[in-house]
Amino acid sequence: MSKFNKGGKKELPAISTASLPDIVFMLLFFFMVATVMRDNSLKIKNNLPSAADTEKLGQKNLVMFLYAGKPSDSYKSMGTEARIQLNDKFAEIKDIAPFIAAERASKREEEIPKLIAALKVDKETNMGLISDIEQALRKTGQLKINYTTKKGSALK
Amino acid sequence: MAKRSAPEVNAGSMADIAFLLLIFFLVTTTIEVDSGINSKLPPDIPPPDVKIKQKNIFTVELNKDNQMLVEDELMEIKDLQAAAIKFIDNGGGENPTGEKCTYCGGERLDDSSDHPEKAIVSITHSRATDYETFITVYDQLVGAYSILRDKLAQKLYNRSFKEMEATYNDSKSPEFKTDKLKDKIDNIKKKYPRIISKAEPK
Repeated sequence: MSKFNKGGKKELPAISTASLPDIVFMLLFFFMVATVMRDNSLKIKNNLPSAADTEKLGQKNLVMFLYAGKPSDSYKSMGTEARIQLNDKFAEIKDIAPFIAAERASKREEEIPKLIAALKVDKETNMGLISDIEQALRKTGQLKINYTTKKGSALK
Repeated sequence: MAKRSAPEVNAGSMADIAFLLLIFFLVTTTIEVDSGINSKLPPDIPPPDVKIKQKNIFTVELNKDNQMLVEDELMEIKDLQAAAIKFIDNGGGENPTGEKCTYCGGERLDDSSDHPEKAIVSITHSRATDYETFITVYDQLVGAYSILRDKLAQKLYNRSFKEMEATYNDSKSPEFKTDKLKDKIDNIKKKYPRIISKAEPK
């Protein structure tokens, strides 16, 4: 009857961990590929609003980001009013035109009409600032814009 | 001399090193948000002096307390989309070239929009309106157009408009950037043009 447990007390073989490095490396490569290193650190609060009907932004290199929001906790000295951030610095409305010009200069000529200005604005910002930004963009002829939002239902 | 085989390198710590790197990348990863609502600003030239009938304009007004007036009446944001669809899809009259709206599913009332090609949604907001409220409202209006376009696409081509656009931009699909599909998409876009005007705040 005891055909199948002859040895009596046989020790369980140890689970081979030889493939563990491979698994970990696989995960590692995934995260290395998926990681986007931020090129500018945010000095403002940037809690984006959410919207349901969103479209994907096209090519990454044809998008220029304009951030706005209240200064984050470590930049309390800048006041509590919402501010614009371009690249790494706090900026004023008048800095938008040179910023757009600089972005355009760094692109090839045929790419310029495809440029999109993505507005990454904190949800607690007043619309006044946003329409100021939009007016500045209009003056420079940058008409394609995108309100960057999280995906999700906007209705509470 | 006896032949000595090269000693094997101990790879036991390989997993540890990989784990260390893995944790570093896990911590630094921020999955970037790369979606949003596309919009186009009007060019910086004085607007042409065109007479637009009041019944072709759907006014949405946001005040500093984030309350919404639609056609001069207070409305909850959740009711906005249905109201906008009703207005755009009304089809009570003719388009600029004098054709009746044959694809509209609206009630064809006399005091609402003539034709989807003529219907204008106008958003006015105060300087103190919250961005979040504005985006919510804008999203609802964009959603209203999406629903109408979807309905028309189902009727004409038996597929959803979203799926058509996705197929058009998908390099793996057989219809990637084909003129035939582009014509269909443009046809629907032309029948329900998304005319959302944003007035400067007072």
